Amino acid sequence: MFYREAGQYKTSYAADQALFPILQDRIGIAAILLIAFVVVPLFASDFLLNSFLIPILVLSLAAIGLNLLTGYTGLLSLGTGGFMGVGAFACYKLTSIFPDANIVLLIVVSGVASAAVGSVFGLPSLRIKGFYLAVATLAAQFFLSWCFIRIPWLYNYNVSAAIEVPTRTAFGIPVTGPNATSVTRYLVALSIVVAMTWVASNIVRGRIGRTWMAVRDMDIAAELIGIRLYRTKLLAFAISSFYCGVAGAMLAFLWLGAAESESFNINQSFLILFMVIIGGLGSIMGSFFGAMLIWGLPIVLRAAPEFFGVTVRAATVEHLQFMVVGALIIFFLIVEPHGLARLWQIAKQKLRVWPFPY
Amino acid sequence: MRLKYLVLGAAVGSLVGASVLASRAEAQESIFVPLLTYRTGPFAGSGIPIANGMHDYLAMLNERDGGIGGVKLVIEECETGYNNAKGVECYEAVKSKKPVVVNPYSTGITLAIIPKAAVDKIPILSMAYGLSASAVGNEFPWIFNPPATYWDGLSMMFRYIGGKEGGLDKLKGKTIGYIYFDGGYGLEPIPLLEQFAKDYGFTVKKYPVPPAEMQNQSGLWLNVRRDRPDWMIMWGWGAMNPTAVKEAAKINYPMDKFIGIWWSGGDDDARPAGADAKGYLTLNFNGVGTNYPAIQDIVKTVVDKGKSQTPKDKIGENLYNRGVYNSVLIAEAIRNAQKITGKKVVTGEDVRRGFESLKISAARWKELGLPEFGAPIEAVSCTDHNGHHAAYMQQWDGTKWVKVSDWIVPMKEKVRPLLEAAAKDYVTKNQPWPKRTEPCDKST
Amino acid sequence: MDILYKILIDPFLQMGQAPDLFVQTLWEGLVAGVLYSLIALGFVLIFKASGVFNFAQGIMMVFAALTLVGLHAKGVPAFLALALTVVVMLVLAIGIERLVLRPLVNQPDIILFMATFGLTYFLIGLGEVIFGGEPKTMITDALYLPRGSYEWKAFGGFVAFQKIDIAAVIIASVMVAGLAVFFQKTRIGRALRAVADSHKAALSVGISLEQIWVIVWFTAGIVALATGIMWGARSDVSFALQILALKALPVLILGGFTSIPGAIVGGVIIGVGEKVGEFYWGPLLGSGIESWLAYVIALVFLLFRPQGLFGERIIERI
Repeated sequence: MFYREAGQYKTSYAADQALFPILQDRIGIAAILLIAFVVVPLFASDFLLNSFLIPILVLSLAAIGLNLLTGYTGLLSLGTGGFMGVGAFACYKLTSIFPDANIVLLIVVSGVASAAVGSVFGLPSLRIKGFYLAVATLAAQFFLSWCFIRIPWLYNYNVSAAIEVPTRTAFGIPVTGPNATSVTRYLVALSIVVAMTWVASNIVRGRIGRTWMAVRDMDIAAELIGIRLYRTKLLAFAISSFYCGVAGAMLAFLWLGAAESESFNINQSFLILFMVIIGGLGSIMGSFFGAMLIWGLPIVLRAAPEFFGVTVRAATVEHLQFMVVGALIIFFLIVEPHGLARLWQIAKQKLRVWPFPY
Repeated sequence: MRLKYLVLGAAVGSLVGASVLASRAEAQESIFVPLLTYRTGPFAGSGIPIANGMHDYLAMLNERDGGIGGVKLVIEECETGYNNAKGVECYEAVKSKKPVVVNPYSTGITLAIIPKAAVDKIPILSMAYGLSASAVGNEFPWIFNPPATYWDGLSMMFRYIGGKEGGLDKLKGKTIGYIYFDGGYGLEPIPLLEQFAKDYGFTVKKYPVPPAEMQNQSGLWLNVRRDRPDWMIMWGWGAMNPTAVKEAAKINYPMDKFIGIWWSGGDDDARPAGADAKGYLTLNFNGVGTNYPAIQDIVKTVVDKGKSQTPKDKIGENLYNRGVYNSVLIAEAIRNAQKITGKKVVTGEDVRRGFESLKISAARWKELGLPEFGAPIEAVSCTDHNGHHAAYMQQWDGTKWVKVSDWIVPMKEKVRPLLEAAAKDYVTKNQPWPKRTEPCDKST
Repeated sequence: MDILYKILIDPFLQMGQAPDLFVQTLWEGLVAGVLYSLIALGFVLIFKASGVFNFAQGIMMVFAALTLVGLHAKGVPAFLALALTVVVMLVLAIGIERLVLRPLVNQPDIILFMATFGLTYFLIGLGEVIFGGEPKTMITDALYLPRGSYEWKAFGGFVAFQKIDIAAVIIASVMVAGLAVFFQKTRIGRALRAVADSHKAALSVGISLEQIWVIVWFTAGIVALATGIMWGARSDVSFALQILALKALPVLILGGFTSIPGAIVGGVIIGVGEKVGEFYWGPLLGSGIESWLAYVIALVFLLFRPQGLFGERIIERI
């Protein structure tokens, strides 16, 4: 009844190709953005911002990055953590070299380093496919992890082999470091994520995205219709790594405030992959859902016993949480193998005909 | 549709959860002591006994004395899994409940929360781990890492080696192998090790163990066999320790020349190798065994009443007692804070002052029911947040740890300048770093 | 020039100068390789029969070893505990087939792969709830596994062969031989191969897919148990062992996902390559290169044979 496109006529190509052709979608997005930009900063607690919203933003961005590669181009990668690390360490180097530069700019620029590294490790994708490629990207993961420890230049010869994020400003306001308020960090993260999501959703519905999907669906056929596989696959690796790199820089600078090689280990890669698959392969929106579920679920589970007034040992909660997360992953896959994004679409379809399904 | 509820539910749930957490802590007169622990993950082997020890001592104070100074302690564990992101989440979760001290129990987590501590006014106790440079109280007023830093540990090892070799100058031309966890923790001692190498004229051979290869060290130990170092020094943690001890035995390395740092001295580290590990040495700064009145009190008031997760036969093991030691520091700092301020319910700010003038004399150790459990804590001050206290060498006799040396004093004159330099370096790299504003208490 | 000398000439000189160490390195590599290939074998069995890339193989290994040690700690005699563990693995296989595989039949590979991730998490949690997170010592003596080592005086030095390693190699060989016979000679084995070739064709001649899946998962569980005992005896039984299982992945791509001999040969190549690399070339790069060397070795092979050494040739049609 409320969600209906009937009567919304498109009179120009521009209107037809708009990102949100339906009025209700536009209203919905505007409302979400309004809440995210205005309401949340006004009311959210530090814990909610630092442990829930900022991580979800960071992880969503990384998930979008991996989704561009795995979901849209069909190249399975387990090197996400490594590429995120490249972004974080690049950002650290950049800000040590240019301490006065706008840190938001540096975070975004550090994605370029990640993109370069990503395309190098993307080279085997030209010959190797499927799970074989996934294992090849593991080489990237382990090699990069090793580099983050063994190249002291990356962390400015810090004795602990870690990067500690100094206070840096953008437009005179501290954005990183201990003096930056959670609200500032949240708003910066949100702005970056919103901007990059907008770019990503335009990439995937444009020419580049279409070539990616052609390659995903069948690469030989794609080659026959004149898509250059080399360029397409490498571009996917580069752009995907760019996103992951920015997410990594955000992880170090806006979320944790410090990072070391172990912050970007293989588990990080797996975590992002979970998010992409649970959220929905080939869906930008799904990346957000996946990040929310995979990151949020343990937090909710952890708070649940206390909420109900039951005291359970911290370790037991952790163990149970592993079981529940594992079981839920399987459950979601069985219920909807195409991920949460697909559930969302089904919901929208239902909404369209509600209350008179025919 | 289901999805919407799910997302909504998640958001609402966490909101409510967070607010409930926030409101509950202040309900009654109590002191909140969160324990960041890890009973899961690859490092659980070392994490569990420590978590048990920390919890049980504080619980014992609650049971036996009704808390500290008549105020109950609220003890809450938060599981970090030795993971930085989770650790920071734990920190954020406990922050709102006004903790009087936070123990991160991981170098990575410590590094992440060091800058936050000053802003949030929460003292951090990273007992003999974390950032060595944080011993410099002028730069890190909120961070404490007594009783000794890693660099102190290394220097104590060299004192021991010197004693066995008949003087440190005898090390000239020898080789010392250093096997370490390839991460911040294991990298930290290297600058001092290299300085020693220069000072005493020996060669250092380094054997890094990558985190993913902790249980697969045979290749590295072949290198050890080839290089034949005269002494081996280990900075290991978790599953890395027992594997290293086993591999050392396998290549017939003389175990009495193999020294681990205090974190490599768990009973579970040497036990899997059993008799083969006989002779293996590690530093230690706490007593082992159950032969202390306070430990007996723990057994009586906590463990026997089923208020602990500790299996009875694990009480008194090295890492368990390490946890107890950690809690003694917390409890004494709280007590000291009560004394200084005259308040009963102390805050993080008070406990910071309590730490800064912390003294545990030999007599006080005895009073606590832990005679000679640790070296007297007497050198912690405003400028020195570590104190550089002594430790001793213990040896595995095939079934348990035996003390084989007196208290060894660190080479403070070598360590301190390095610490100052490292602290300065940290501060320059993290400009603008806040200047210390907290006044200094006269120690009592 | 110096660096070239160190890379190209010096290692070989060292091999010649200290042949005992070289032989020792080869032996260590062989043992590690055999143990990798045992893990890889578990992957291959399942991949062959059901097309599932079973990420949970690592945790199955830990879980099996934990069950064995945990039961023994409860006072069950060692061999009864062993038998009970086998039963547990059977129950696990049936459970996985019923609750995970059957509802997910006909889904894309990546979904099944993901499901095994869920399984991994579940088993980690379950294992910790039941047995606790602390590492345990493998009951080597109770299982009559040998301790100590033989020292072979040769080449002006000695080569030490750990008895447990010798046992590992023997058990692995017996296991592989047994599996080969099982696959080639028995009715079930033939059915398994038929399923591997084509699910549909196998179904149409009356082979029960469900039954086959239970059997392969159960077999993989037994392989996991054997691997868990061996790795457990080498260090200890803890959840950290699960990370090691990742080492089976380069073995898999090297040997091919579907080939049992491939898993063995691949394992040995990776094991030996990695130990020799670490021993002779590692110090040039600051040591600790084992964590990625295996992947790089595999990657190099892969660039020449994208389907692995023994994998079936990939034929693509439109």
